[in-house]
Amino acid sequence: MAILQQTARRLPQRWTAGYSVLAGLLILLILAFLSVVKLELIVNGLFLGTILALGAIGLSLVYGINKFAHIAHGDFMTLGAYIALFLLGMLFPSIGLEGIGLGPFTFGYPLLLALPITMLVMAAVAIGLDVGIYRRLRSRGVSAVVMAMTSLGVAIALRGLVQVIWGGGTWQYPRLSKPFYQLPMEVRIPPDNLFIGALALVLVIALYLFLTRTKMGKAMRATSDNMELARVSGINTERVIWWTWGLSAALAATAGILLAIFQAQLLPIMGWRFLIPLFAAVILGGIGNPYGALVGALIIGVSAEVSTQWLTPAYKPAIAFLIMIVTLLFRPRGIFGVRE
Amino acid sequence: MTDIAGILSYLTGFAIMAVIYATFALGLNVHWGYTGLFNIGIAGFFAVGAYTSALLTTATPDPLLFEDFIFGGDLPARLGIFNLGIDLWFFIALLVAGAACGLVALIIGFITLKLREDYLAITTLGIAESIRFIFLNEKWLANGSKGLYRIPKFLGDLVSPQNYDYLYLVVVVVVLVIMYITVERIIKSPWGRVLRAIREDEITTAASGKSVFSFKLQSFMLGAIIMGIGGALYAHNIRFVNPFTFDPLLATFIIWAMLMVGGSGNNRGAILGAFVVWGIWSGTQFLPGFLSDPNFRYVMIGLLIVAANLLRPGGILGEERRVSRPVPPPGAASPET
Repeated sequence: MAILQQTARRLPQRWTAGYSVLAGLLILLILAFLSVVKLELIVNGLFLGTILALGAIGLSLVYGINKFAHIAHGDFMTLGAYIALFLLGMLFPSIGLEGIGLGPFTFGYPLLLALPITMLVMAAVAIGLDVGIYRRLRSRGVSAVVMAMTSLGVAIALRGLVQVIWGGGTWQYPRLSKPFYQLPMEVRIPPDNLFIGALALVLVIALYLFLTRTKMGKAMRATSDNMELARVSGINTERVIWWTWGLSAALAATAGILLAIFQAQLLPIMGWRFLIPLFAAVILGGIGNPYGALVGALIIGVSAEVSTQWLTPAYKPAIAFLIMIVTLLFRPRGIFGVRE
Repeated sequence: MTDIAGILSYLTGFAIMAVIYATFALGLNVHWGYTGLFNIGIAGFFAVGAYTSALLTTATPDPLLFEDFIFGGDLPARLGIFNLGIDLWFFIALLVAGAACGLVALIIGFITLKLREDYLAITTLGIAESIRFIFLNEKWLANGSKGLYRIPKFLGDLVSPQNYDYLYLVVVVVVLVIMYITVERIIKSPWGRVLRAIREDEITTAASGKSVFSFKLQSFMLGAIIMGIGGALYAHNIRFVNPFTFDPLLATFIIWAMLMVGGSGNNRGAILGAFVVWGIWSGTQFLPGFLSDPNFRYVMIGLLIVAANLLRPGGILGEERRVSRPVPPPGAASPET
């Protein structure tokens, strides 16, 4: 009975949140047709949002299960992008796997091979970090803040490692410049963005199926809700934690690679710069809620791009931060969160 | 002979920076060591302190030097007769820099200290980055990426320029000692006891009738004021600030490494950590091969933080077992008499 009442109270609020998001997008589109906002900015923002979403969903999962702010998540993205660079720029060419300009895209088929390999490597890195560092702290029962600070140390070390190996300058994946698609209303889309959007969509759907249809996915959600309860129900929470690390690191690696394609360059600081937008998306969607993180990421992506219509692009990162502050002030549990 | 003079002058420059970092570690110790506030936006307070002091004291901007900003306090000239030969402006600049940081801390703390504790970390990080963006993009405020230069020296007329560092070392040490004594006294007071109680167990502290939020806010402001003064000390040492000075590595992360290595919850540990980590940082540049690579030092700072948490959570010195003076049992003679 209590559960029913709770659901009844929860539902309208979730709906209003969902509707207000849709309404916001609709208003933006109307403004676009009235030529107040450039449609191109909205479209670009959506593509940026999907990349952000892959990082934010993983961050939200880790946050929900491990209960600490994983500050190294941006640098997971960076490391993933650079591992793919190593594969595409060095390892693959040395065994004769080369190619650029696949179909309409700038990259070649080796990238399709590098993606899953990088995802696996990053998953292994994340699980290795858990075994070497986080599990020990967890067994000692340290507070969430000490865990977060340790992840700050990991973040600094990872970025330093990237700089030691690849230097501080910019890199590119092997690429062949391709013409943009010209759409009506002065919308120009680089063909790569279609790949980015499609891949992100596939991964999000796959994750949704994983979380709702598989035993491990359900165990993951249960652990996120209440770890003690999950443990007494016979769920191996340590394994759940490893799966969470692996999944979120693989998603972060993909986000990093896609970001490198989106920006057509790699920088050691690229992931760190994404950290505030990532957390803004997670907090906006409600911590531990992967679907919320997806919506939050799209909102952040679109607002950051659309803001350049009026503000200098230099302030783009500050927009995400501003949205985060407003969320913390008025809806600290996120737009889909339930008020206490 | 010149070698010895060169080494001495290098060591003095090293010591000045170590002492300035020690003030930041002291401020961070108030936040983290005593109250458990996870502030990873030290760079923001560093920048506000340094820029406030620099803007107050530099001369009015000169359009002939392509200076686009509008405000230069020119305090040394304006104070004129009130200077009394001791450069009064320096103390005003330090205090205003501290006050500005306290104000920033009041605003951030008011928004985030009521929420989950890790929100503070993300917010302070965002504030630090935003402050850097503002100083970078708003040229009218502080000359944008070109930054502020011609920042005056404290007691600069007293000694020759090549010997000035020795004088400034004394100045920063005096400021550090004053802040050390102040923080020690504050932390040993009943007020400081509440802070440590909050760090250990917020709910119990709230149940004892203490306003956790209010104490956290005060602690956050106190630490920020110390950091602001540290920023001002930095500005008058390097005498040049631009937005790139406040890069997270050298303005936030290294200070965290200092506190964690020295011993959080221990003011002497914070100061020791500043010297140790700054020593490692400065010393590795003389090492051969990849060890002197600045990027390798980056890895090292990260590993120091992880290793401290993993292997020695108390750092070198660790927290003092008992910070407060014991109350003698009734009837017993006081140990001091």
